[in-house]
Amino acid sequence: MNISLRVNGQPVEAEVEPRLLLVHFLRERLRLTGTHIGCDTSQCGACTVHLDGRAVKSCTVLAVQADSCEITTIEGMAAGGALHPLQAAFQEHHALQCGFCTPGFVMAAYELLGRDHVPGEPEIRAALEGNRCRCTGYQNIVEAIRSACGRS
Amino acid sequence: MRAFVRRETPADLVGARLPRIEDPRLLTGRGTFVDDLQLPGMLHLDLLRSPHAHAHIRDIDAREARALPGVVAVYTGRELAQFLKALPGAGGMEGFNAPQHHVLAIDRVRFVGEGVAAVLARDRYIARDARELISVMYDALPAVTDPEIALTPEAPVLHDDIGSNRAFELRIGNETEAAIAAADRVVRGRFVNQRVIPNTMETRGAVALFEPWENRLTVWLSTQAPHLMRREFARFLDYPEHRLRVIAPDVGGAFGAKNNPYAEELLAAALAVRHQVPVKWIEERSEHMLVTSHARAQTVELRVGVRADGTLLALHYRLVADMGAYYHAITHIGPMMTAALMTGAYRIPHAATDIVSVFTNTTPTDPYRGFGRAEAAYFIERTMDLIACELGLEVLELRRRNLIRPEEFPCTTPTGHVHESGNFQLCLDRALARLDYEGARREQAKLRLVGRYLGIGFATHAWRAGFPSVPGGKGYITSGWEKTTVSVDPAGKVRAVIGTSPHGQGIVTTTAQIVAQQLGVLPRDVRVVHSDTDAVAQGNGTMGSRSLIVGGSATLLAAQQVRAKAIRLAAHLLQLDPQRVMLENARFGDVGDPARSIALAEVAAHAFAGPRDLPEGMEPCLEATALFEPTNFSTCFGTHVCVAEVDPETGMVVIRRYLAIDDVGRAVNPTIVEGQIHGGLAQGIGQALMEGAGYDVAGQPLAASFLEYATPRASDLPHFEVELTETPSTVNPLGARGIGEAGTIGAPPAVVNAVLDALAPLGVRHLDMPLTPQKVWRAIRDARA
Repeated sequence: MNISLRVNGQPVEAEVEPRLLLVHFLRERLRLTGTHIGCDTSQCGACTVHLDGRAVKSCTVLAVQADSCEITTIEGMAAGGALHPLQAAFQEHHALQCGFCTPGFVMAAYELLGRDHVPGEPEIRAALEGNRCRCTGYQNIVEAIRSACGRS
Repeated sequence: MRAFVRRETPADLVGARLPRIEDPRLLTGRGTFVDDLQLPGMLHLDLLRSPHAHAHIRDIDAREARALPGVVAVYTGRELAQFLKALPGAGGMEGFNAPQHHVLAIDRVRFVGEGVAAVLARDRYIARDARELISVMYDALPAVTDPEIALTPEAPVLHDDIGSNRAFELRIGNETEAAIAAADRVVRGRFVNQRVIPNTMETRGAVALFEPWENRLTVWLSTQAPHLMRREFARFLDYPEHRLRVIAPDVGGAFGAKNNPYAEELLAAALAVRHQVPVKWIEERSEHMLVTSHARAQTVELRVGVRADGTLLALHYRLVADMGAYYHAITHIGPMMTAALMTGAYRIPHAATDIVSVFTNTTPTDPYRGFGRAEAAYFIERTMDLIACELGLEVLELRRRNLIRPEEFPCTTPTGHVHESGNFQLCLDRALARLDYEGARREQAKLRLVGRYLGIGFATHAWRAGFPSVPGGKGYITSGWEKTTVSVDPAGKVRAVIGTSPHGQGIVTTTAQIVAQQLGVLPRDVRVVHSDTDAVAQGNGTMGSRSLIVGGSATLLAAQQVRAKAIRLAAHLLQLDPQRVMLENARFGDVGDPARSIALAEVAAHAFAGPRDLPEGMEPCLEATALFEPTNFSTCFGTHVCVAEVDPETGMVVIRRYLAIDDVGRAVNPTIVEGQIHGGLAQGIGQALMEGAGYDVAGQPLAASFLEYATPRASDLPHFEVELTETPSTVNPLGARGIGEAGTIGAPPAVVNAVLDALAPLGVRHLDMPLTPQKVWRAIRDARA
C-alpha cells in the first residue's frame, strides 16, 4: 500500500506491506532508530512517538494507519541542535542510565508539559503508567519532568 | 536526591555531581543499540522454541518453511551438531555433573523455550512466517520444576548420562552442630528467594559480520563483558581470538543476565561465517522471559542457635539451589556466594551451608544484580527478625548486639570470607536519626489501636564486590584484574581506554572525572574508550559492582603515572627540581614562581619528540597503562529501613517511607551513585512485592510477557530517601566500595521485614516473596479465622 505522511516535519511517501508496524517503518525504512522496541505487548512504552500530537505506542500501530498523519519521533525533539527543555531536565536530574527506555519517556512526558498546572508527583507517576524503566527507579524521571513542567 | 551541578574546575572533580557525558546522544535518539544496526545483505535469524517443558522430539518437518520465498536456510539441532560444538557454560569444576547443552535441542527438550529449529531469512517478518511453518512432533515426558521434588527418587531425570537431578553438593563453613546443640534456643525456619527474571529493557541481540578475505569476524553484541564473549565465541567457533572482534554498542541494561554466551548469539556468529553474510538476531520480550537467564531460585532450611540474650552462636543452612535445565556461564557460583556471605553483617562463630544444586525443567539460572549476595542478605536478615520474634527481642537490639564492630576488622567469617573494613553501626545510626525511630514506633502503636497495620523493617546488610581472580581458574574465566591506558595527545587532550563495559552506570563520566582531576584538565577533554575489543585489547567487563572499585582504581593508577611522567618532563623543560612542580588548570608551574610555567599541551607535544630530547631514560609519549588486581573483595554495607502499611481489606502493601543509607567508600559522582541505588531499590522492591517467575505442574511458565510479569512502574514505588556514607575501603587505591547492587540486596529483606512487622499483631510469622495483595490478604484472612 502507498502511504503519505509527515515525519518530524518532513514529507514521506512509501510503499509498505499492510502488516508492517509503524515502529519497524520508522526504524528500518526511515532509519529513525531512536524509537526502541522493548516488548511485544505494548506495555513498556519504549516505542512511544507522537501521532497527530498524541503519544502512541508505535509497536501497536500499523504503518498504514499513519497515512496522512503527522509523526514526531525523539529525533524531532531537539530542534536546532539544542536539547528540548525536557531533554535537558532529564540530563540535569540524572533521569536516564542505560538510555534505552529514555526516548519513550521523553515522548510520553511531553504531553504533561501542555497541562495548565504543574503536575505533582502522584500525577506524574500516574501519567507514566505506560512506560517501564528498569534502571532508574523512576524517581529522577519524576523530578526531571516536574522541573521541566515548572519551567515551561 | 540532588541533581547534577555543572562545575568544571579539575581540582575537586572527584566527589563532584558532574552531569553525565553519556546523556545527550541517548536523549536525542542517537544511541546505537544492536537492533539499530543494518548491514547490506543482512539476514535475520529466528528460533522455533519448545512449547513443552520436557519431551522427546520425534520428528521435525521443515520442508514448508524451507520452500518459503525469502528463507535461506532452516537448521535443526542434529544438523547444527555436524559442524558446531556443544555450548560452553559452567560445570568445569571437579565433582560437578555437567550436562551437554547444545545450541538447539537434540532429540529432547528440557524447558519451555529451548530452541528446536533455526531459520535464516531475508527479513524478520519472513523469518517469523517460516518459523510458524515448521512442524515438530513431540512425545511429552513428565516434567519437574520444583527442585525439592526433583531430588526425590520418583522424579523424572533430566539428563540420563548424569542419572539424577543433582548438579552438585558442597559444604561451605565450619562445624555447627555442637554449638547449636549447646545453645539456649534454636530457631528454625524455611525461606524461599523466588525465581525472578532480569528483564533488561533492551532484550538481547547480536549482529555478526564475517569478512572472509581478511579472515575477520565482528560481533556486535548486547553484552556486559565483550572480552569474555570474545574468548567464549573463539572457543566455541574454533576461531582465532585475535581475529575476532566483539563490540558492545549501547547496551540497554544487563544486570548480570548479559554475561553468558547464549545459544542464539553464538549461532548468529556461526551462521555469518558459514553463509558469509551478515546475520542479525534480536530477542523478543517473550523470548527474553523464556530463555534469558532467570535468577535467585534458592531455598534455605535454617537452624540458628542463640543465647537467651540474643547473641548468635551458630547458623546452619541447607540450601537448595535451582540451576534450571542446564548451566549457563556461572550458574554454579550463586549458591556458593550465598554460602560465603551467609553470616551477613554479624559475628557468628559457627556457620555452615550444605548446598544441594538441582536441575529442573526450567530456564537456566545465572547472575542477576546482587547474585548470591542478595539471597544471603535476605536469608540472614529474615533470620534476624525471626529470632527477634521468637525470643521476644527488639529487632534493633538484636542487630546491635551482633553486628561486627569497627575495631574487629579485618574479620574472617566461618565461611572463609574476609570483611576487610567497615563501620556497620554508622549506617544504622544515620538511618535511625533520619527515620525518627521512636516516633515511627509510637505511630505504629497508635495506628494498631484503630486497626491499621503499619510495619517497620530493617536490613543491616553487608556484602562484597570487586572479586579477585580465582587461582587456577579454568573453563569460563572471569579474572579479577582491570586495566586502563591513559594517553595525552600533542594537543593536551586525553584518552582513557578502559576494560570495563559500562551500560548505564555512568562510568564514562566517572572515569573522566578521575582522569581529569589527576591531569588538571576538563572532563570534556577526556575521551573514554570502551567495549570494543579492537580498541581495548583486554578487559573483564562490568559485573558484580566492580567497575569503579577495580576499573576505577586501574584508571586512577594510570592517570597518576601519566601525571608523574608529565611532571618529570615539565621539570626538565622548566629546568626545575620535580619537587617544585605543581599542576593546576592544565599548566605545570614552579611552586615558588607561578609565572614560570608550561602548558600540559606543550609538555605533551614535547613528549612526542625523540628520546634524545627527553630526560635520561624517559620513553616518548605521555602514556601509561596500569593494572589493578584486588587482593580481596571490598566489603559493602548499609542500613535500609522500610516503613510500610498493609491494607487488611485488600492485602495491598503501600511503602510509606524507604530509607537507604549505604557506604560507598568514596563517591566519585554522588548523583550517579544515588541513581545506582534508586535503580537497585526498584528491582529489590519489585522482587519483594511483585515479581516472580513461576511454573505450573506441567512446567509451563506462568510469565512470558509484561502482562504476567510485573516489573515495577512509577506508581508502584515510593520516593526514596538515600544517603551516602564514606568509609574508605582498605583494598583499593580509590577507597571505593561497590554500590551497584546495594538496592537489590537491601530492599527485599527491608520490605518483607516491614510487612511482617505490620502483620505481627495477627501472628503471621513468615510469608515468602512476592508479597502480592492476594498472598497478604489470604494470610490475614487465615490468621483471623
